[in-house]
Amino acid sequence: MLAETRMQKAAKRYKTRMYLKRYWMLYAMLLIPLVYFIIFKYVPMTYIQVAFKKFSITKSAWEMEWAKNSGLEYFIKAFSNRDFLYAVRNTLMLNALGLVFGFPAPILLAIVLNELPYRRFKRITQTVAYMPHFLSWIIISGLALQLLATRFGLVNIVLRNMGLEPIQFLDKPANWVWTYVFLGVWQSVGWNTIIYLAALTGINPELYEAAAVDGASRLRKIWHITLPGLRSTIVILLILSLGQIIGSEFDRPYALTNTLVTSVSNVLSIFVYNYGIKGTQQSLATAVGFFQSVIGVIFLVNANLIARRFDERGLW
Amino acid sequence: MVKSKNSKTGDYVVVAICVVLILICFLPVWNVFVRSLSSPAALVRSDVYLWPKELDLTAYSLVLKDAEYTWALAWTAMLTVGCTFLSMTLTTLCAFPLVFDKLKGRKLVNGLILVTIYFNAGTIPSFLLFHNLNLINSPLVLALPYSLSVFNMIIMRTFLQNIPDSLRESAEIDGANPFQILFSIYIPLSTSVIATLSLFYAVGRWNGYSDALMFMNRNKKYYPIQLLLYFIIQSKESVDAATQEGFSSPGASDAIKAATVMIATIPILMVYPWLQRFFIHGVTLGAMKG
Repeated sequence: MLAETRMQKAAKRYKTRMYLKRYWMLYAMLLIPLVYFIIFKYVPMTYIQVAFKKFSITKSAWEMEWAKNSGLEYFIKAFSNRDFLYAVRNTLMLNALGLVFGFPAPILLAIVLNELPYRRFKRITQTVAYMPHFLSWIIISGLALQLLATRFGLVNIVLRNMGLEPIQFLDKPANWVWTYVFLGVWQSVGWNTIIYLAALTGINPELYEAAAVDGASRLRKIWHITLPGLRSTIVILLILSLGQIIGSEFDRPYALTNTLVTSVSNVLSIFVYNYGIKGTQQSLATAVGFFQSVIGVIFLVNANLIARRFDERGLW
Repeated sequence: MVKSKNSKTGDYVVVAICVVLILICFLPVWNVFVRSLSSPAALVRSDVYLWPKELDLTAYSLVLKDAEYTWALAWTAMLTVGCTFLSMTLTTLCAFPLVFDKLKGRKLVNGLILVTIYFNAGTIPSFLLFHNLNLINSPLVLALPYSLSVFNMIIMRTFLQNIPDSLRESAEIDGANPFQILFSIYIPLSTSVIATLSLFYAVGRWNGYSDALMFMNRNKKYYPIQLLLYFIIQSKESVDAATQEGFSSPGASDAIKAATVMIATIPILMVYPWLQRFFIHGVTLGAMKG
C-alpha cells in the first residue's frame, strides 16, 4: 500500500514536471501582460478608497484619515453640488440622444448597403463611410468650426447667400446638443455597419429567393428576412450601449465644447477632470468616478437580465 | 447575392441614399482641404467651396517651417511606432498562451482580464497611481498605461483560436517549444490580424490627446500632435509662424488652421483604405464572443 502511494506520488510529480517543462514558457509569456493588468488596472482600484477618505498628497491612500459621515462625506457633497447634478443630467441626455439616433443609424445603413446592386459602388461607399472613424475628435472639432461657425462657417455662408438667417450651431446650448449628437452619428455610423454587414452575410440567400418566388416586395423581404437575421446582433449591441449610458468619454465633449455651451456640455468625465486634475478636490472626483463605474455595471447587468428574459442569448 | 427580381426604383433610392452619405462624409474633409490650399484673400471673401481659389501653398510652407509643429509631428510619429510595437508585443504575449486549452489557470486569467472591461477604477485613481510611479509629466505616461487593449486582445485570441489545433499539436510532438510555435506557425499565419490591430493601436495613439492633457500637462516639449492641434484650433490667432511672417488677417490664420488639420489627417487617410479588407475581418472577429 505504502509503496503504491509513493509510486503514485512520484508519477504525479513526474507529470507536473513534464507539464511545467512543456508549458513554463507560456506562463513566462503571460507574466508580462499580467503584470500590466495588475499595475494599471487592479492597483488603481485600491485608490478608490480615496473617495471615502480625506485626501492628502503626502500620505499614501491607506494612511489617509476617513472622511466624515462614516466616509460618505464626498458622496453627500457630490449630490449637493450643482455642477455634479448638471453633469449627470448632461451625461444622461447626450448619451440617450446618442443612443436614440446613433443606434438605429448603422442598422438602417447596413440594410441599405445590403440592397445595393453594384459591388464596386458598395465598396467605395463603405470606404468613404469608414473615414470619419479614423479622424480624431480634435480634427472633427476643427472641421466643425470651419463648417459650422456662425460667421465664417461654410454652412452659414451658404445659408446667408440663400437669404436665410445663420444658425448658431455651436454657440447656443440647444443647438450645440444636436450638433454634438449629429457629429457622433456622423463619426460612427459607417464603422458600426461592419458588424451588421458581417451578420447579414450569415443569412441564407435561399430565403430571399423563396420570398421572391412568393412575390414578396423588397420592403417585405427586409422586414421578414433581413431584420430577423440581425436580431441577436442588435440585442447584444443594445446591451453594450445601455451599459454605456452613464459612461462618458472625454475626448469628444472636451474637443467640441466651448465657453458658451458649458451648461449642456459639462459631462461627468469633464467634471472629474475639472475637480480632480485641474482642481484639488481629488476625493470628490474619485467619488464621482466610482459612482459612475458602479452605475455603469448595474445598467449592464440589468440590460443583460432583461435581454435574457426575452429569450435572447445575452452577453453571459 | 443575385436579387434581380427587385424593382428598379428601389435600386435608385438605395443608390441615392448612398450618394448622399458619401457626400456628407467626404465634403467636410474636402472643404477643409480646399481651404488649406486657397489664398487668404479668397478665404476672407468666403467664397471657397469645392475647389481652391487662387491656389496658394503659403499656409503649408508656414506650418511646415514652424519648429514646434514639425517636432510634434515627428515626435508623435516616433511615439506611434514605438507604442504600436509595444502594444502588439503585449497583445500577442497575452493572447497566444490563452490559446492552449490545456494550460492550467487559463480560465482565471481570462476572468481577471474580463473584469477590467466592465469595471474600471476611474481617472483620479489612475492619476494617483501615475503620480506614485513618477509617470506624471513623463512621456512614458503616453506609452505604458494604455498599451494593452482588452478588446484588441480578444480579437487576437479569437483569431489565433481559429488556427487549427492540429498544426500546433504536431509541432509539439516534434519537440517545438511555445516560442518556436509562436514564431514559426502562429505569427506567419496571423499577418492580417496583426495588420488590423496595429492599425487600431496606431490610430488610437496618433489621434489621442486626453492622456497628455491630463497626465503630461506641464511637459510641453512632448505634447503629441493632437494636443498641439487642439490649442491651435481653439486659439484665436494661429501658429507662431503666422505672426512672425506678418500674416495676421483672419483668412491667413484660417488657411493655416486648415493646413495644420490636413497635415495631421493625411497620413491616416492614406493608410486605412489599403487595410480595409483586414479591419473588416478584425472587427467581425471582435464581435464574436471569445
